[in-house]
Amino acid sequence: MSLHLVCPAGSLPALKAAVDEGADAVYVGFRDDTNARNFAGLNFDEQTLAEGIRYAHTRGRQVFLALNTYAQPGQVERWHAAIDRAARLAVDAVILADIGLMAYAAATYPQMRLHLSVQGSATNYEAIEFYRERFGIRRAVLPRVLSLAQVEQVVKNTQVEIELFGFGGLCVMVEGRCLLSSYACGASPNTFGACSPAHAVRWHHTPQGMETRLNGILIDRYAPQEKAGYPTLCKGRFTVAGQTYYALEEPTSLNTLELLPQMFAMGIAAIKIEGRQRSPAYVAQVTRVWRQAIDAVKRDPKRFAVQPAWMAELDRLSEGRMHTLGAYYRPWK
Amino acid sequence: MKLALGPLLYYWPRDETLALYEAAAAWPVDIVYLGETVCSRRHLLRLNDWLALAEQLTAAGKEVVLSTLPLIESESDLKAMRRLIGYAAEHVGEGMHVEANDWGAVRLAVKAGIPFVAGATLNVYNSDTLGLLADLKAVRWVPPLEMSRAMLTAMHVPQGMDTEVFAYGRLPLAYSARCFTARHYNLQKDDCQFRCLDHPDGLGLNTREGERFLTLNGIQTQSGRVYSLAHHLPSLTGVQVLRLSPQHRHMQQVVEVFHALRLGSLTAAQAATRLPRLAGEVCDGYWLGREGHHLGVVSSVGDNP
Repeated sequence: MSLHLVCPAGSLPALKAAVDEGADAVYVGFRDDTNARNFAGLNFDEQTLAEGIRYAHTRGRQVFLALNTYAQPGQVERWHAAIDRAARLAVDAVILADIGLMAYAAATYPQMRLHLSVQGSATNYEAIEFYRERFGIRRAVLPRVLSLAQVEQVVKNTQVEIELFGFGGLCVMVEGRCLLSSYACGASPNTFGACSPAHAVRWHHTPQGMETRLNGILIDRYAPQEKAGYPTLCKGRFTVAGQTYYALEEPTSLNTLELLPQMFAMGIAAIKIEGRQRSPAYVAQVTRVWRQAIDAVKRDPKRFAVQPAWMAELDRLSEGRMHTLGAYYRPWK
Repeated sequence: MKLALGPLLYYWPRDETLALYEAAAAWPVDIVYLGETVCSRRHLLRLNDWLALAEQLTAAGKEVVLSTLPLIESESDLKAMRRLIGYAAEHVGEGMHVEANDWGAVRLAVKAGIPFVAGATLNVYNSDTLGLLADLKAVRWVPPLEMSRAMLTAMHVPQGMDTEVFAYGRLPLAYSARCFTARHYNLQKDDCQFRCLDHPDGLGLNTREGERFLTLNGIQTQSGRVYSLAHHLPSLTGVQVLRLSPQHRHMQQVVEVFHALRLGSLTAAQAATRLPRLAGEVCDGYWLGREGHHLGVVSSVGDNP
């Protein structure tokens, strides 16, 4: 298997759009804090997911279920129940981060295919092999922190399939090891399933400009001609030693289209598109472009060229309308 | 209750780092964590230097723990980790431990058959996960920094497993491939000129209205405020070890405050008034199940979160 296209869906229409536009697999979550996109109005109940799985399977595609938050004491049964539901629904893989949950899934459903979530923070093959030996994981999603050469080193030293983020929101921190959101507002991706959650966000018009706050903390302030962005806290402007700038990261998206030939050559199993919180129209557009690009690279990797129309379409959809190769490109660090 | 001096999170000149541990040998701390836990580019102390310190501190009667890097990116990072764990395996008879801060380190410690401390970045949020670690011969665990007292109390801690909480210092909240200190100086990480050396307590990050929010420490992002559980000490049941994270100034006095607290010669309220002079504003939100930066105040002593 190589360069499967794994696309996000936060709703049934998004799932259908991803399948229709050529996703090999769609990943989804239940409508609660058992997954890292716990947003109001998003995600699937059991019945809707059953319908989505039927839709995908009828067309020869797969559905993965993200159960990638960390179960908390006294509530572990809810996560177990979610794994039970995943087994009943016959999802094609469950994406987990918590080893307690992996142990439960591996013991209760030995046939269940387990993927290691990016929230499991595995950046090296020793860690990935730990999860394989203990729980039989079949695939690992790598955090967006390694250079391409470092990714290749991982691929060469494990039999576990490697899935890489190709497009969408860019976490600048190692996923699963970032507590900035709970430091600011008490809810983190690990426990609550969301970063910089909407309930803590406030927008204010002030004489100094539009201000965005997270639980009262000023994340950014925009001049009248600037377009205000969502206050993801690592993408705000802050002041360090008298200079005000994007101290951690600009509001930008990851876009690795141009790296596809290298990813193909090193045997990357799948490319993941971020964005379960995005609209069905967004999912459709991004899936269409990436389907074309992956088909092109598989047809003739040596003559692969990124088409300007693909970039134009993806940039139009990107956060801040900017894109970066992120850590895959070493100087970004 | 034991006191542990956590690993030095900052990058100090070599003589200052050595001076810290020379002093610590005489401080009333029971455990000392050694090793680089932030950035593999920091090289003023090589592995052999850390191992020499380990011998000195062991001779001074301290339990020494060698900490591994939480973010392992390259083959050379893996090599360093293998050497560290190999050394610990050779000296396990002298009480040497490693702190595994990544599951790769857990794998190697298990292979080497040595007991280990499960670091906070392993994300142990429930009893099932903790039980698995106990099966793998973890002897102590550090809960995730965001874990509240209520969550900790609800954990089933296996027999023989000690609990160590991060009790003092700027919280290491996040790790990145990117170096934010280098970025501040418009340098690339590979040519960072070791600017971390200029910031022995990290580089302050303020909001645009001047509120201290975070601290940049190379690839690590820390809390702006110092986290302190000193004023909660009477309520720290089920905790066997308090981790105090080194800071550049007044560290001895910080250790003395916690030591006096555990002896009962200082009240929590007295500690709470003394520490801010040593640390600036302190926060305690995580312990109360709130946002981490929540300002710690004496009136919250005995609060039932």
